Amino acid sequence: MEKEVILKALQDKFAQDIIRLGQQFGDDIIQIKKKALLPIVNFLRKEPYEFTMLLDLTCVDYLDDEERFEMVYHLFSLKNNIRLRIKARLKESDLKIDSVTSIWKNANWLEREVYDMFGVQFEGHPDLRRIFMYDGFEGYPLRKDYPLRKRQPRIPLKRG
Amino acid sequence: MGKIIDDFPRWEPRRPIEGGFITTKFNELLGWARKYSLFHYPFVTACCGMEYMSAASAHFDIDRFGAGWTRFSPRQSDMLLVVGTVTQKLAPVLRTVYNQMTNPKWVIAFGACAVSGGIYDNYAVVQGIDRIIPVDVYIPGCPPRPETILDALIKLQEKIQKQEQEWRWKKK
Repeated sequence: MEKEVILKALQDKFAQDIIRLGQQFGDDIIQIKKKALLPIVNFLRKEPYEFTMLLDLTCVDYLDDEERFEMVYHLFSLKNNIRLRIKARLKESDLKIDSVTSIWKNANWLEREVYDMFGVQFEGHPDLRRIFMYDGFEGYPLRKDYPLRKRQPRIPLKRG
Repeated sequence: MGKIIDDFPRWEPRRPIEGGFITTKFNELLGWARKYSLFHYPFVTACCGMEYMSAASAHFDIDRFGAGWTRFSPRQSDMLLVVGTVTQKLAPVLRTVYNQMTNPKWVIAFGACAVSGGIYDNYAVVQGIDRIIPVDVYIPGCPPRPETILDALIKLQEKIQKQEQEWRWKKK
């Protein structure tokens, strides 16, 4: 199956949820509204498209934009050998998106990482807690407004 | 057949040194014994571990300097090798490991990350393990060459030889 067929099928079915289509680094990008995430990935996960692999799931902080955070999902179809990137923007005031753990198991830890580093809430995640940073760590270190020199040691350190 | 070699020098017991004893200071004897019997505990957290393995194995072989015995319990070791990046999350663990070691004990900071945090000047990484525990020898390099490690070991041995030794029944 060609990727044009998949993109055409997506555009036909989710015409009002897709904001724009693009291309970068040889892969197609679909920018969607965040409420349409689950229907779209469900659609792509099933036959005949079969995007069975979630290669990566991450977030980007665009500090000055109105919709500040951008979720990025990298999908791969083993059957059709096609990569696809899905992006959805989130506002800081409403930093929530549906969890995709029900579709890809590995999304569990990836979403915990994004929660840990950016503070995005994933609705429907079975175990949403920090994965890298320790208990008692305040703030989200990969946000652009996290202070560069801020340190939160667990034990008192000698001055260096 | 050939002739039997009869003029092969016979083994004779060596005559003892005149007087039969040597004199030294107890402190120096203890330092001499300790510097050649370092049991080390590798606290390996990052890529420097590859260089540690190289130094510890047959090619470079720290056993030549009396430090070949790797212990995997801090209670049995007296040289702590902190090899690699230590994060804020790991800092309490490193301090516990150090506290569990029995005296006498020495610490080597192995590689740029353990020495100063290295390239990681950020929210996660401790900027040098000397902020958590005392350090005897610092090994620079990212990662250090095995020769540097051997050099550091020899420097630590010099330090041990010269330092004031502690022992159990010492008057304080």
